[in-house]
Amino acid sequence: MPFVSDQPLLTVRDLSVTFTQGDAKTLAVDGVSFSLEPGRTLALVGESGSGKSVTALSIVRLLAQGVAPQGQVLFKGEDLLTCSEEQLRAIRGDAITMVFQEPMTSLNPLHSIERQIGEILELHGLCRGAAKIRARVIELLEEVGIPNPEERLSAYPHQLSGGQRQRVMIAMALANRPDLFIADEPTTALDVTVQAQILELLKTLQKRHGMAMLFITHDLGIVRKIADDVAVMQKGRIVEANKVGEIFAAPQHPYTKALIAAEPKGSPPATDLSAPTIVEADDIRVWFPIKRGFLRKTVGHVKAVDGVSLTVREGQTVGVVGESGSGKTTLGLALLRLIRSQGNIAFLGQRIDGLQSAAMRPYRRDMQIVFQDPYGSLSPRLSVGDIVAEGLGVQNRALPVAERREIVARALADTGLDPAALDRYPHEFSGGQRQRIAIARAMVLEPKFIVLDEPTSALDMSVQAQIVDLLRDLQKRRGLAYLFISHDLKVVRALASEIIVMRQGKVVEAGPARNILKEPRSDYTRALFAAAFDIKVEAAAALDQ
Amino acid sequence: MSLPLARNDLGVKRLAPALPSRGFLRLSPINQRRFANFKAHRRGFWSLWIFLIFFVASLGAEFIANDRPLIVSYKGEILFPVFHNYPEDKFGGFLAETDYRDEVIAKEINDNGWMIWPPIRYSYQTINRQLPTPAPSPPTWMLSKAQCESAAKRFGGHNQDKGCDAIEWNWLGTDDQGRDVLARLIYGFRLSILFGLALAGISSAIGITAGAVQGYFGGWTDLISQRVIEIWSSLPHLYLLIIISSIITPSFFVLLGILLLFSWVSLVPVVRAEFLRTRNFEYVNAARALGLTNARIIFKHVLPNAMVATLTFLPFVLNGSITTLTALDFLGFGLPPGSPSLGELLLQGKSNLQAPWLGLTGFAVIAAMLSLLVFIGEAVRDAFDPRKTGR
Repeated sequence: MPFVSDQPLLTVRDLSVTFTQGDAKTLAVDGVSFSLEPGRTLALVGESGSGKSVTALSIVRLLAQGVAPQGQVLFKGEDLLTCSEEQLRAIRGDAITMVFQEPMTSLNPLHSIERQIGEILELHGLCRGAAKIRARVIELLEEVGIPNPEERLSAYPHQLSGGQRQRVMIAMALANRPDLFIADEPTTALDVTVQAQILELLKTLQKRHGMAMLFITHDLGIVRKIADDVAVMQKGRIVEANKVGEIFAAPQHPYTKALIAAEPKGSPPATDLSAPTIVEADDIRVWFPIKRGFLRKTVGHVKAVDGVSLTVREGQTVGVVGESGSGKTTLGLALLRLIRSQGNIAFLGQRIDGLQSAAMRPYRRDMQIVFQDPYGSLSPRLSVGDIVAEGLGVQNRALPVAERREIVARALADTGLDPAALDRYPHEFSGGQRQRIAIARAMVLEPKFIVLDEPTSALDMSVQAQIVDLLRDLQKRRGLAYLFISHDLKVVRALASEIIVMRQGKVVEAGPARNILKEPRSDYTRALFAAAFDIKVEAAAALDQ
Repeated sequence: MSLPLARNDLGVKRLAPALPSRGFLRLSPINQRRFANFKAHRRGFWSLWIFLIFFVASLGAEFIANDRPLIVSYKGEILFPVFHNYPEDKFGGFLAETDYRDEVIAKEINDNGWMIWPPIRYSYQTINRQLPTPAPSPPTWMLSKAQCESAAKRFGGHNQDKGCDAIEWNWLGTDDQGRDVLARLIYGFRLSILFGLALAGISSAIGITAGAVQGYFGGWTDLISQRVIEIWSSLPHLYLLIIISSIITPSFFVLLGILLLFSWVSLVPVVRAEFLRTRNFEYVNAARALGLTNARIIFKHVLPNAMVATLTFLPFVLNGSITTLTALDFLGFGLPPGSPSLGELLLQGKSNLQAPWLGLTGFAVIAAMLSLLVFIGEAVRDAFDPRKTGR
């Protein structure tokens, strides 16, 4: 039902949302206005906490109870903020639909996908009768590119991959041919290759059905690819709005400029084969046994890491790239002897595979790890000072308290944090600051080798660039050896002098970063790069869903 | 190993903020904030004060309710009967222990000096031999003037025309053996709290350790201990208690030991579940990567994060301990006869329905005590929650 009128489809006027917690009031959205015409895509861009998602949720009044958005949201001339709950229900899932970020939790795990999609059709009464509904569900699944839709009807969400689940979510959103489609970071949780496919899909579907799309993202690369208009949000306000070409060509607001400039830049140190070897690993294997039957006989293995060899040299970074599930993190943990593995590992020329945990302890000060999630990797019950000082206490028991505090303060200052933060808890810090704390914890022991396990993926773009700069700076000053694990090739390009491309536990391609980035030899690498740098789907059969 | 980081000797300016001046309690900044959070929880804070006043007062029960004077001056000699047993022949009697309430002895002492009595002149086992009505006797303020006067006449008091002031008061009446209820309450409260604290303390120490070890190591350790605990906790506690208490006389410590055998299990599942959840978090991995020992990871990294669940449970464990003792006393399998016990008071209330002051006082005291403890536990839990920053 296309909406024909000369007015815009959706007009948001002066929308404000205030959250109250105790006596504290937070203005999450502050006087936001924009409009959206049928067939066009508006991208809301901003860092986390800038109020993008709250804006989207208040359009259909899906905010938590007791939070009342102020202003006007006119959809086809009707104010959604004042209409009744029944009217809203008729609009939600019918004329306006949403897709959320996390495909793992937005589907009900107890219902088959046929039932989940069929429910929407049934509720809004466009389709009657089981046979009709089934036919329409199959049609929808086909439309969103699920292979063999008839066979997939009875599948449950856990039987689908992340990308497929997001496709099912999109099928649900499209079921009733909406006029407005709201996508809240629909690809953030997906691999780059899958992300490219989903974006492609959304674009074709939008063109075919002529719907308006409100696209929320923090990734400017995606904006450039998909949007017609852009609204940049900062601290609950729209600081700049324009056509997509003009925003990128001539950004006006300093924040927009900063965002656009925030892509990780700089080049890694050149490959230097003469630098001393820090870590050398040969034929690393991590196999998890699959046990079946009453006697738990091992019937096979999940080969998480299967015969990987690598050398990390002083002052150099080895980048490990690959999709999720390719065994990157497992490889990092195996090198640090945090999980069981087979194969030789030599650290500074000493064999460390087979050492017991007590025998490993002296080596621990020289090898450290920084994890992906800065929210999960800091114990919420310890102060920042305690967290960073933890390793010091183990490695040097005799250190007096005042001395220890001083060393911790220095480590914090080194990573660009205020030493006065020593006595505060991690939850008072932003994601980027927390990642700095995690880096300070690794650095305080002055290690020689650090495994960086996706240290930037949970962070905002501009913060990513800062962390990358910090890491490069620390490496230069201290001659550190990094093993940098990431699926984000832009970050890897900025840091790694050597690259290992992994897929299903095996090395697909390895060598100096410059060569691999310039002319990737395998189809898989090429597809990965196309998806990461141009958000393009490479027609390589090498890719799965 | 050398320590490359100690660069202070180079004369570089110190970066670390000075350790904040610590107040009266010498609390670290984090503990100061916890204390502030605790104070912000008004109900819990006031509960703690009320509880502390009663608890500290009951610790000095001998100075509040006793059948001996605090200080006696007799023929120029200062005596402290609270601390010391004086044989009665010192005052011209013949018993091994002096009965200071005996009129002859009291007169002898008052003639040759003076006595300072505690506010209540009964101990928990003192029998009031001058009851105005047959035991259980109601609180003195509930008596009619005629009842008081007749009692005063009967026992030959001095001020027979003064009504109820002529006889010795029992503020909450007496039980069915003529013992003062208030005195027994004060002693019983102390005993219950001490028993509850000891039982809750020891059993949570054992339970948390067991749960932590099971949850942290998982696998076979967890599997075997879980089965052992299942079998252990399916033993019939009450029957065992009854059997054991018929073989050995249940004293305070025997009861504590027997109840401990079973009560430590209650915290294990909570702590174990928290540990199973927490042990896979990245900060635990990070701690392993720093080379920390398992014990240190358990106590410094995992346990504090499992603490909210544990602390939420702790007041109930404490209350449960107190209630168990009360219940055992009520059934008659608890502390030896004659001990001041809230459970025994309830039992008397049950068997003497015509004397409602027994049951009502017992109920009120137990209800108030348990509520106060739960409120305090609530505030402690809030104080340890790092996301809470006061209100």
